[in-house]
This record gives sequence, structure tokens and C-alpha cells, in this order.
Amino acid sequence: MKAFIKKEFFHIFRDYRSMVILFGMPLVMVLLFGFAITNDITNVRIAILDNSKDVVTNQITQKLISSGYFILEDNIESQNDIEKIFTEGRVKEVVVFEADFARKLKTEGKAHVQLILDASDPNTANIISSYTTGVISSYSLELMSQTSMIPVKINIESRMYYNPELKSVYMFVPGIITILLMLVSTMMTSISITREKEMGTMEALLVSPLKPIQIIIGKVMPYTLLSFINLIVILLLARFVFMMPVAGNLVLLIVESLLFILMSLALGILISTISKTQQQAMLLSMFALMLPTILLSGFIFPVENMPILLQYLSHIMPSKWFIIIVKNIMLKGTGILYFWKETLIILAMTLFFIGMSVKKFKIRLE
Amino acid sequence: MLNRAKIIEVENLVKKFGSFTANDNLTFDVYKGEIFGFLGANGAGKTSAIRILCGLSPPTSGKAIVAGYDVAKYPNKVKANIGYMSQKFSLYNDMTVKENFRFYGGIYGLSKKQIVDKTNYFLEKLEMEKTRNVVLSEIPLGWKQKLAFSVAIIHDPKVVFLDEPTGGVDPITRRQFWEMIYENADKGTTVFVTTHYMDEAEYCERVSIMSEGKIEALDTPANLKSTYGVNSMNDVFIKIARG
Amino acid sequence: MVSGEQIDSPFTIHHMSVNIQIDSISKKYADVMALNNISLSIKSGELFGFIGPDGAGKTSLFRILTSLLLPTSGKASIGEFDVVKDYKKIRQNTGYMPGRFSLYLDLTVEENLDFYASIFNTTVKENYELIKDIYVQIEPFKKRRAGDLSGGMKQKLALSCALIHSPHLIILDEPTTGVDAVSRMEFWELLKKMQKMGMTIIVSTPYMDEAALCDRVALMQNGNLLAVDTPNNIVKSYKGSLFAVKAYNMHKLLDDLGSLGDTSQVFRFGETIHITSTINDDKVYMESVNKQLIDKGYKDISIHKVNPVIEDCFLSLMDKDVE
Repeated sequence: MKAFIKKEFFHIFRDYRSMVILFGMPLVMVLLFGFAITNDITNVRIAILDNSKDVVTNQITQKLISSGYFILEDNIESQNDIEKIFTEGRVKEVVVFEADFARKLKTEGKAHVQLILDASDPNTANIISSYTTGVISSYSLELMSQTSMIPVKINIESRMYYNPELKSVYMFVPGIITILLMLVSTMMTSISITREKEMGTMEALLVSPLKPIQIIIGKVMPYTLLSFINLIVILLLARFVFMMPVAGNLVLLIVESLLFILMSLALGILISTISKTQQQAMLLSMFALMLPTILLSGFIFPVENMPILLQYLSHIMPSKWFIIIVKNIMLKGTGILYFWKETLIILAMTLFFIGMSVKKFKIRLE
Repeated sequence: MLNRAKIIEVENLVKKFGSFTANDNLTFDVYKGEIFGFLGANGAGKTSAIRILCGLSPPTSGKAIVAGYDVAKYPNKVKANIGYMSQKFSLYNDMTVKENFRFYGGIYGLSKKQIVDKTNYFLEKLEMEKTRNVVLSEIPLGWKQKLAFSVAIIHDPKVVFLDEPTGGVDPITRRQFWEMIYENADKGTTVFVTTHYMDEAEYCERVSIMSEGKIEALDTPANLKSTYGVNSMNDVFIKIARG
Repeated sequence: MVSGEQIDSPFTIHHMSVNIQIDSISKKYADVMALNNISLSIKSGELFGFIGPDGAGKTSLFRILTSLLLPTSGKASIGEFDVVKDYKKIRQNTGYMPGRFSLYLDLTVEENLDFYASIFNTTVKENYELIKDIYVQIEPFKKRRAGDLSGGMKQKLALSCALIHSPHLIILDEPTTGVDAVSRMEFWELLKKMQKMGMTIIVSTPYMDEAALCDRVALMQNGNLLAVDTPNNIVKSYKGSLFAVKAYNMHKLLDDLGSLGDTSQVFRFGETIHITSTINDDKVYMESVNKQLIDKGYKDISIHKVNPVIEDCFLSLMDKDVE
């Protein structure tokens, strides 16, 4: 067994290109999602159509500008200018205050702000709108505490609650952890087992007195360690590059991650038992696991917005449950009581995959 | 022999990989229509030399002219005028016989009609018309090798390189394969062949034997046997390769 | 024929009976019969060869014997162990060198050997004597990766790996394919040595000339056994007299000899052409061939009687098999 694990490490370290990918990937992915593909917005150009021009609208405008997210491109005077300014592409958003804003707020207890957005990039538009809403609502809370009037009605997305600074890296880290653990564990294990089949060395292993379970454990141990190292790297990056703390219990996070790694490894072995070549194993891991993980797990697209069919499909994605757990621990700082169901689901999946792969692992050639 | 045209001219050819010399100052000629046996122990430098002659890798120094073109300067002209077949790489196993012919014919720029004519010609000759639409993986090895040879000469190359073409093939098919080689040599195609079967070395007009990157012997099988005072090419080979 | 001789060797393996019994084994893949009702027995201590081209069924048979493959029908046993039921025991006591050598190309020579020793719960040191003869030849390259070795060296390393747990039986699938004539010769010398240490050896090869080096051989073709006997007996049972003919223009000669009367088999054989006479009187036959060739204008004709070799027998048996 010891020799087997040693040999497996030789394979890994000798193939330096794969090594670079394995350890470089978490770095690149976190940095990429953290900086480049950021959903954070800064310096968004906006225009204001202030039909009231009173103290309150002036204060709100100041708040918007001083928030750092927005630059005031222009003050426009009439409804007709809105279309023009959008067509010219000078702004992404126009904030419209209705006439008699301060007076209405005082007498009727409500006033209307209209946000008009350039929705050619709906994703960005969404974010800008929620940022604006955020700024205005915080102003209205301020106003409410000062006076006793009922403020403008603004709805706050619950998602923001746990991400008050609106940093998207907080949202991505749990997803990246999930993808990478799955990639390293599932794909690498399945490839390394099928490689032995392709090279003909599996024949020699099978005729040796090694038991299937020994071969499996020998294969799995090194990748467990690699995945674990990757996990630590990502957490360190999140903590020290993006200043993202782990709100909950770190030990609990690691234990849950190990469970998820174990599940991924079992899945990798299962894939290797049904694929004949390294290529098949890779494609299976990529398309059957990676893409659904990215698309269906709620990592990028919210599950609630998906068609019912896809929502059901997302239930069988182990990654969906793991992302929930990681978000709970890292962002909300909650304990096991809040996600014991998810943990149980992953545990059940792990046992299922281990059972399947031990059963399907062939002691003979076809 | 002197009045025959030279089709391969190799002069002081050297190939080095780092500090390792794979080919050490090779000089030899091969003539038009000759069957030239290129023998040597594993690791003696045969593969490296064949790669150079096929225009796949440039020599470190020295000169090699194949089918009238310098392999270092005009590798693409060389490639267009040679055929290549090896035991390891030849035809696509997941395509049918016809598709393999069409693919290789296409690579060498044959017209549609030429490809169809050639395919018909070879299949008829090999008495394999029935296999036209059979996927290659279902065809026995011996037949495959005969097909691979036909495909390698589909564009009427001046030289055809055969790298261990008969490994693992049954003795009857092996002999039929050599019949094909003879027939094409008679038509003027030069055949450059490597083999581990020493009886096949006897079928060559001239044989060169490499050892540790050098050509240690080059002559007709009869002359080699008398020079080394032995009865078979096997013994000649063992004497040379064992040093 | 058993080579029961016990020659004093510095290292002798404890004798365990590994008589091998193969009973009407068949193996079918989809609609191809890879093995067609094969029965034979191999005695403990024998050096037994399976001779035949690719696709003869040698590999399938070896995989069945090493418990890697289930036969479609039939039974086989090694010693007291059944290859299906007692596969664990079989795997413990058999050394197997698969056709594709089974080496880890990214590991060094030393690491490969250590690994194979450890999965059989032994060490290189423990059985060093056994592989010493082979290993000294590759030892200078022990830090080199297996992928960078030449064919002959790879084959020796693979053999060392298969031998490292001192099995009673070693099964070698085409160990000499693609290996040059010199390395092949050295390899067979090693096999002979191992046999003298008391090992039972089963080996397959497509090279007919290697048959003569075995105690007994089975000639195989298309999943069938053409013959099973000692090389000597196989050669002796050759039907008809065999002659080697030589003349100027060998290529044309082959065609012309093919149209001779009283002749059953015409095959190119190295520098000569082997023809088989179907009449009893050799002298009459030789004179008749000679005369016919002179009539056709051949010069430097040489014709003499030769003893057949295994390849002649294989060719003649193949011909019958096809019919």
C-alpha cells in the first residue's frame, strides 16, 4: 500500500505540466473571478433628471455620487433627453425624481424615484439597479431615524443581506472551492485509473495479490491530499488577497470539504470503471460533472430562476448541496444545525458512489 | 549497379540529441528499384535515420537527398515523393477500407477519379473487394498490412519506407507481402525496409546493418555471409550487433 | 516431455506441482471465436511455447490462465487451483508478463522493480539472486525512466518485474516481439536458466524459429491448435520430402516452381525456395525439377534435400487448416 501511494506520487510529480495545472488553477481561478470577471461596479456613469430640485433630492444625489460607485455625467432637464443620452451611450442609468419630491415625502409619506437602466447588458443593469437601491434605501433609513416619517418604499434583495459590501468574490469563492475539489478529485482519479488500463499496467496489477480495495485506496490517497492542499490555498487566497474572512467554524468547513472530496473521489472511480480510455474519462468528468456543477449548482445562475425541470435536476448535483454548506459556514457563519440535511445528502451520495464503484470495479479484463 | 540511378544519397549524415549521437556519420546510396534492407539492433539508430530520410527531422550535419530533393531544405517535396508504412502506425481502425483509401489519396492530392481507380485496382489485386465497406478493426492483421502497403504507394511514390511491416504477421501472409514488395520494385519503386525477421533480410538486394549509430556493414546478403564466414543472415547480424 | 533434471543452481525454487490442465476452453467475443475448444496439458517444469501469428488466440488463452478473463466454456486449472474459482491463489503464484510489457514509463528502472516487488509483498533484496542475471544488464540504467529504454532493455526489465516474487509459474506473452535478433537470443538463454531453477515457463511468440528452443510447442492459428508436440516430433511428422532450390532470378523462379508437377508446397525461405515433393523417389524428383528449370533457361541451379524446420510445418499445417 505504501509503495502504491509512493508510486502514485511519482506519477503526479513527474508529470510537471499537470502539476502546474493542478496548483496553478486555484490561483488563476480565484484571481480571475476575484478581479477580472468581477461583478462589482465602480465609476458607473449616470444622469439625474430632477423634477423637484429640493433639499432631499439634492441630498440623495450627493449620496449617490459620494458612494464611489457612480459618476454624475449629466443633469438632464426633460423626459425627452433620456432616450438621447442612452442612445449616445454616455450613461448606464438615469435616476428620475418626481416633482415635489420633498413635499410629497413630508405630506404623503412616500415619493417616487424611477430608475431607468440600459439593459443591453442585463446582468450589469441588475447590479447597478441594486446598488442604487442600496444607496437610496440607506438614505431613507437615515431619514427615518431622524424624523418619524414613513420613507420611500424600496425593496432590498435578501441576497445582499449577507454580502453588505456587495463584493462578488464572496459569492464566487464557495463555487470555486466546489469546482476545484471536484475537478482534482474526480477527473484526476478517473484519468489515472484509466491510464493504467490503457498502458496495460492494470493487467499486471490485477494478477498481483492486491485486492481491488487496495488498488482503489492507493489511487485515491494522493489525490485526497492534493485536493486538500488546493482547498487550503483557496482559503488563504480568499483571506489574504480578498480579505474575506471565514465567518463560521474553520474545522467544520474542513471536515465538510473532506466529505465532499471523498464523494468526488468515489465518483471518479465510478467513472473510471465505465470508461475505457483517458479521453473518455476526461470527457465524462468534464461534461457530466463540471458543466452541470457550474451551470446548475447555483454558483453562477440562481437555482430559483431556473425552469422547474432544471431545478429538479440540480437536486442530484452534489455540488449544489456543498455550495450551500460552504456559503453557510463562510458567509453566514452558521453551524451544523443549519445544514445537517445537506450534509446527510452528501454523505448518502458518498456511500452510494463508493458502493457502486467497489461493485463495478472489475477484477478481470473484459 | 553503377549504371542505376541513385534515389537516396546520404553523405556524412550525423544526428545528435544533446550529447547522444543517434546517427554517426552515415554514408550510403540506394538505387532506383532496389529493395534495401535497413537492419540494426533496437536503439541502434534506425528510427532516427528513417525520420531524417522522410523529411520529419533535420540532420545535425551532413547531407541526405531523397527522390532528388535535399531533406533539410525541401522536406515537403521529399514527403510528396515518398510513401511510409509502419507496423505501429498505418491505417485508421475506425474507418472502412474505402474511407482509408479516400483519405490517404486525398492527402496526396489525387483526384476523385484517380482515388476510385486506385482503390478498385488494389482491392481487385488483393482479392479483397468484399472488404470495401468493412471497418478496418474487423480485418485480420495480415490483410491490414497488405492494405497499408497499398495505401502507402497509392500516389506512386519513388521510394517507400517500410518500418517493420511484417511484425506478428502469419508466415503465409508474410510471404505474400514480400511478393507485393518484389512486384513494386520490378516496376521501379525503391523499397527501404526494416525487419527483425532475418530470413527477410535474405530477400533484400542489399542490406545495411547498424550498430550504435554507425553502419557496420553494407553489402548483398551473399557477400555479407561470405565476408563473415557464416551461413545465415542471422549469424551475420549477431556477429555485428554483439561486436 | 518433462525436463525433470535438477541441475545444481545457486538458487532453486521449492518445487510445487504446477501441472496445467486446459479442458475444451473456448472464448467468443461478439461473433469471433478467439479460442475454439482448446485442450492440452503442460507439465510442471516444462518450457512450453505457443507459436502463432497475431490473432491466433495466444493472448486470450494466457489471460484465461492468469484468471484475467473468463472462458466462454471449458475449464482450466493450474496445479490444484481452478482459474475461475481460485483466482486469488492463481494470482499469488503466477508471474505474468503481458504483451505490452506493463511497465510504468514515467518511473525509473529501479522504481518499477521496487513497486512490483512491494505489491507482491516482497523486496528486491529478498529475491535478488533470482533476477541477478538479467538485472546486472539493466543495472547501469537503473536511474533511467523506463520510457527511455530500448526495446530489448524494456523487455528485460519487464521480465525482472514478473520474476520478482519468485513465482512457480511464469507466463510470458510475446516477450520477444519487436525485439532484435541478438536481444531475442539472450532472452531465450535467460528463460533456459530460469527453467533450470525449477520454474515452469509458458511463452508465446510469433517467431517460428524460437519454437526449437522450447521443450514442447503448440502451433496456433485462428483460435485452433494445429499441433502440440516436441519441436522434433513436429518436424519429423512433416509429410513429403523438402528441397531447397536456388537459381539466378529468384523472383521468377518462385512463379515457375509453383507450376511444377508432383509438388505440393512452394515457399520462399530466406535465400532459397522450399518445395515439397509428393513422390517417394527423391532422386527422380530432383532430376526432374532440375531438367524442367534448365528447359526454362535457368542458370546456376542448385537443388538439395533439406530437413524441414517449424516454419515449414506451420506453413503446411496452415494450408490444411485453410482447406
